[in-house]
Amino acid sequence: MKHSLLHKLLAPCAGLLFAVFLWWLGTLWLTRSMPIASNLSPLRAFPELFALLGSSLIWEHTLTSLQRVLAGLGFALLVGVPAGILTGISIGFAQTTGTLFQFLRMISPLSWMPIAVMVLGVGDAPVYFLLAFAAVWPILLNTAAGVGQLDENWLLLSRSLSATPWERLRRVILPAIAPHILTGVRLAIGVIWIVLVPAEMLGVSAGLGYFILDTRDRLAYHELMATILLIGFLGFLLDQLARYLHKRWFQR
Amino acid sequence: MTNSITAIPNPEGGVLQAESLTFSHDGGAPVFADVSFSVRPQETLALLGASGCGKSTLLRLLAGLEKPLQGSVKFLGEPLVQPHPRSALVFQQASLLPWLNVADNVSFGLDFRHQPRINTQERKTRVQNALQAVGMAGHEKSSPAQLSGGMAQRVALARALAREPQLLFADEPFSALDPITRGEMQSLMVDVVHRWHTAALLVTHDIDEAILVADRILLMGGAPAKIIAEWTVDLPHPRTVYPHAIQELRQEILEAFRGCNPLGNHQVHQRKLSPAVTAIQPSHFYI
Repeated sequence: MKHSLLHKLLAPCAGLLFAVFLWWLGTLWLTRSMPIASNLSPLRAFPELFALLGSSLIWEHTLTSLQRVLAGLGFALLVGVPAGILTGISIGFAQTTGTLFQFLRMISPLSWMPIAVMVLGVGDAPVYFLLAFAAVWPILLNTAAGVGQLDENWLLLSRSLSATPWERLRRVILPAIAPHILTGVRLAIGVIWIVLVPAEMLGVSAGLGYFILDTRDRLAYHELMATILLIGFLGFLLDQLARYLHKRWFQR
Repeated sequence: MTNSITAIPNPEGGVLQAESLTFSHDGGAPVFADVSFSVRPQETLALLGASGCGKSTLLRLLAGLEKPLQGSVKFLGEPLVQPHPRSALVFQQASLLPWLNVADNVSFGLDFRHQPRINTQERKTRVQNALQAVGMAGHEKSSPAQLSGGMAQRVALARALAREPQLLFADEPFSALDPITRGEMQSLMVDVVHRWHTAALLVTHDIDEAILVADRILLMGGAPAKIIAEWTVDLPHPRTVYPHAIQELRQEILEAFRGCNPLGNHQVHQRKLSPAVTAIQPSHFYI
């Protein structure tokens, strides 16, 4: 027991510390040829991170980014769940869309950025589009897999009760695939968080991605490194939260 | 209250009548052809046959879940167009809905639009009665994941009873259970079917199960399958105390099955089996 606790807590910390050490060595080496790189050092980034967290500015950017995560996830669910159910129950729909979906899925969502800005205008709308476009695939595919794994007898049971299509959907299919949708959501959150930062680098004036470019323009490289740390930390927390919710659902 | 018993409009014709049913999957060779029989009120009828002989398909058809190629099904004298609200299904697997507790599983679907309207109080009473009947009272709040296979199958039986069926369709309901639990469930089924005044159609490949549970046994065989023999089992319950009579009938059924000529005519056996008290013989024979 003691042994496993040691491994669970100490080993990850040792890994993190070792990475910080390598990071410090790297910036030290870089500074010899490029004096400004001293700003990238962990010795500057960590104090700056705490200074940033003390200011209201970074919280506004963070809040904006998290709102976009939620909005992107919401749109992805609105499209992904119905499309996933259709794919799962209709062989015709699955055959018609299968190749198309595989094709679209492999296009980096960011490739659509110029077109999204052109069509949807400057502002939040293209960011939502890009996030939703990135997040829809894990949700869609997991939903379809969930429908594929439905117990045949549940459907027979609902048919023997002369269930209407709505009753079958709401009382059998949706609750049965909820865990799969949740798996999709967990994966989608990871994808959204990765796409968020570059998506926020165009046409918006708030958010963590915007803030990264802002620090670059102000040559505030210590702030840039601190923001990168914050992005990593928030992403880690989001994933842990999604994992926790997922686990709780399964343990009900 | 106990379960309400409504008058059966057409008792002579039986609860269910199958009239020269023929069925094939997607226009292929017929699975069974020209199958006719009826289920009498409050009778337990076993449909016995080897695995894959089409008896489960026949059950689905009788339950209104499949359409016949030819022939018709009448439920309480009316042509069956969709699953009848006074019929209920029990499968080989309990197939409880894991996101609902036991009580909600039992009452599942009672509020569906095409089901007879009943109020909340009536629904509660039905759930209680059904759980009591299968010996699962007190487990209302349990989650299906906490139940053993036998307990889950009891809840599945309660779910069927809560619909107050006049005909209970059971498709190999106990074949996934261990022999001891299976025996318990077979006597529970006999008990519950009698107390609920419902007819039951039991599909099974277990000869002993058919003999232990059913009032009448129809043997299916051949390709396409037909009903090749019929027995009336007139032994009092519990039948495990008549091993000789059971063995005699088992032998007769096995012989009828081996000697089955696909084109042969339906031979009707009337067996009046006499009790002979000896020890229990627990062996099972499958065909």
